[in-house]
Amino acid sequence: MPKIALTHLETAILFALLISVVLGVVTKKTDKDRLQYGLYCFACFVGTIFGLGWLMKLGHG
Amino acid sequence: MADKSVAAALNPKKSVPIMKWVTPIIIGWLVPGGGHIYQGRMQRGLLVGIATIICFVFGLLMRGAFFEPQTGDLLTTLIYTGGNVANKMVGIPYFLATWLGYNQADVAGHVHDYGTKFLAGAGMLNVLSLVDAYEIATGQKD
Repeated sequence: MPKIALTHLETAILFALLISVVLGVVTKKTDKDRLQYGLYCFACFVGTIFGLGWLMKLGHG
Repeated sequence: MADKSVAAALNPKKSVPIMKWVTPIIIGWLVPGGGHIYQGRMQRGLLVGIATIICFVFGLLMRGAFFEPQTGDLLTTLIYTGGNVANKMVGIPYFLATWLGYNQADVAGHVHDYGTKFLAGAGMLNVLSLVDAYEIATGQKD
């Protein structure tokens, strides 16, 4: 079985994408709401990833 | 008699026959997304099923470790026993991986660590889809 080595960013974005798909599907009642909520969750995850990333970079000086 | 019908109307969950929701829950646990597909929600079942399986497969490809149940202090019990339950919640993919001999030791390294989280996360995603399948079965959701 091959082994893959993703970077922190790639892994976090992949994880965010998969969670957003499931959250979008299970939490809303119409397809439009599901798509919107999935995109919203993904945007929040990616925003948090970059926000915390910059915070850690600035914190390290 | 009237009291029973009022109670059933106020609490519809109690009036749902157990087999109506147990079957999709068991199918959904064994096959991610299966609970939705069994209830005729093909598109949603495929979406949650594929997302869960991709998460699980990436966990395997990153050589994540399955949690072994451990007891001790509260945090250790919570993490290792909870992680073991989360691993098992993926259903057949988990049992297939262990049956085929996947046995990664818990070693240091960020890729292994992410893999371990992907494997447990896949189980948690399946739990979310099981809750949704239950709500569909009991008529709380379309």
